[in-house]
Amino acid sequence: MSENKNASNGAGERLINGIIKENPTFVLTLGMCPTLAVTTSAMNGLGMGLTTMVVLALSNMIISALRNIIPDKVRIPAFIVIIASFVTVMQLLLQGFLPDLYDSLGIYIPLIVVNCIILGRAEAYASKNPVIPSLFDGIGMGLGFSLALTCIGAVREILGAGEIFGFHIMPDSYVPFSIFVMAPGAFFVLAVLTAIQNKVKINGEKKGRDMSKIQSGCGQDCLNCDTAGGCDHKFYDASAQKSKKEGEDR
Amino acid sequence: MSDLMKVSSNPHIRAKDTTAKIMLTVVIALLPATFFGIYNFGVRAALIIAISIATTVLTEYLFEKICKKKVTIGDFSAVVTGLLLALNLPVSVPWWIPVVGGVFAILVVKMLFGGLGQNFMNPALAGRCFLLISFTSIMTNFECDAYTGATPLASLKAGLGVNVMDMVIGRTAGTIGETSMIAIVIGACILILAGVIDLKVPGSYIVSFLIFVAVFASLTGRTVNGPYLSAQLAGGGLMLGAFFMATDYVTRPVTKKGQYVYGIFLGFLTAIFRIFGASAEGVSYAIIIGNLLVPLIEKYTMPRAFGRGGERS
Repeated sequence: MSENKNASNGAGERLINGIIKENPTFVLTLGMCPTLAVTTSAMNGLGMGLTTMVVLALSNMIISALRNIIPDKVRIPAFIVIIASFVTVMQLLLQGFLPDLYDSLGIYIPLIVVNCIILGRAEAYASKNPVIPSLFDGIGMGLGFSLALTCIGAVREILGAGEIFGFHIMPDSYVPFSIFVMAPGAFFVLAVLTAIQNKVKINGEKKGRDMSKIQSGCGQDCLNCDTAGGCDHKFYDASAQKSKKEGEDR
Repeated sequence: MSDLMKVSSNPHIRAKDTTAKIMLTVVIALLPATFFGIYNFGVRAALIIAISIATTVLTEYLFEKICKKKVTIGDFSAVVTGLLLALNLPVSVPWWIPVVGGVFAILVVKMLFGGLGQNFMNPALAGRCFLLISFTSIMTNFECDAYTGATPLASLKAGLGVNVMDMVIGRTAGTIGETSMIAIVIGACILILAGVIDLKVPGSYIVSFLIFVAVFASLTGRTVNGPYLSAQLAGGGLMLGAFFMATDYVTRPVTKKGQYVYGIFLGFLTAIFRIFGASAEGVSYAIIIGNLLVPLIEKYTMPRAFGRGGERS
């Protein structure tokens, strides 16, 4: 496979890409519904993040393995079936072994099926890359999502309840800002954390580190790339040209 | 924005109005209500007001210093925000409440959106609503040395009788600056005479509020009579909100028709909140929701340019 000579498909590179450079929450701003809704505490955020990570890694792996079998025209329904199967497995496992977490996450567990991070990674990465990089891409993205949700949950829990992971840490005289465990608080915390993340990224770029989002070699966004020749990302090329051609045919 | 955006040549009309002058007029107009609040609730009220103003001015100053922007505290808008915020707090709040509210109002609502003129919500009211949601029990505790009972509006909602005369003078429980209708109306007259505000927004707000409150109250089976309506008019933050907060230049519509629409909408919302809402008061929420709809109101009430009759393009 030609992708492999690209350093961006190494396991470590995929992990760092998912956690920092293309963090699904702070950089791609995907999966906002669970991000805003379940992060009322650090534990909820971590639970949601890890559940999503397991589904993401396994579905990425299977989709990648089946990528040459699934016909292009029905790929989305096929991906959804695979994702939904893993979500159901996770839901039953949580219900059986972590009933407290299951209760507090509620409807947001079945809704992982339609989480756009998972479908996004299936479409943008797993369906075009070999199994092992896809697995690590899923783990990296999942870890990035977990990290972001845990951070948001922790800040909201500390400010809104004076606790973290259920432990009381603020002095007794602290009066919790209850707005932070309500919906408006989620927006405030997400905005501030995203701003901090951007600041870190800009500082990194100033120091000459490569912080560009898409790690595909040429620094361009492959999905919207229109250089037909001169690029060796055959998968990206093939699918981009195909979808372009389909668009023209219509 | 550039300070060099000055078109010259022709003798354009030059007004002597500056932001600082207008804001200073607003501060002066708020003084009767401020002094009555201090007289009514004691020295502690003065302390809360001082902390609030100091916080808002200092926040704006520090933000602009740290971000290396032009320091704009000289335009007194932060003073107005701090004063309005304090007048919207009960006197019994701990000292850190005006600090938290002031920092939120200036830092988040005003400076992060680009400073004066760019804020989409009235900063003082947003600060108050932030505090009200976060610290509901502290913010609705109106008991102090002078008064131990509920606010007149709460009594009214509970179906008890209220003394309208006390409410007009202001000898009732409530936030520091909202209780005295007389003091606020004196301030409003100063603003109107100085040409800072006109009656379009406050007038349509108050009149439509009275109409809607009469309709809604009779729908819920109350007897609507003179004393009830005057109590609704004099109680709570309606006067302060209508004259000093709904008229904020930045967050009200600029079009003439839009200002009437905005005032009527505020009256409608306030009446709904007061009659059907869980709490007795609803002026602050009504005004900030109104603030959010201002761009929409402006879009539909923009006057047509001369010569562009017929179909709208």
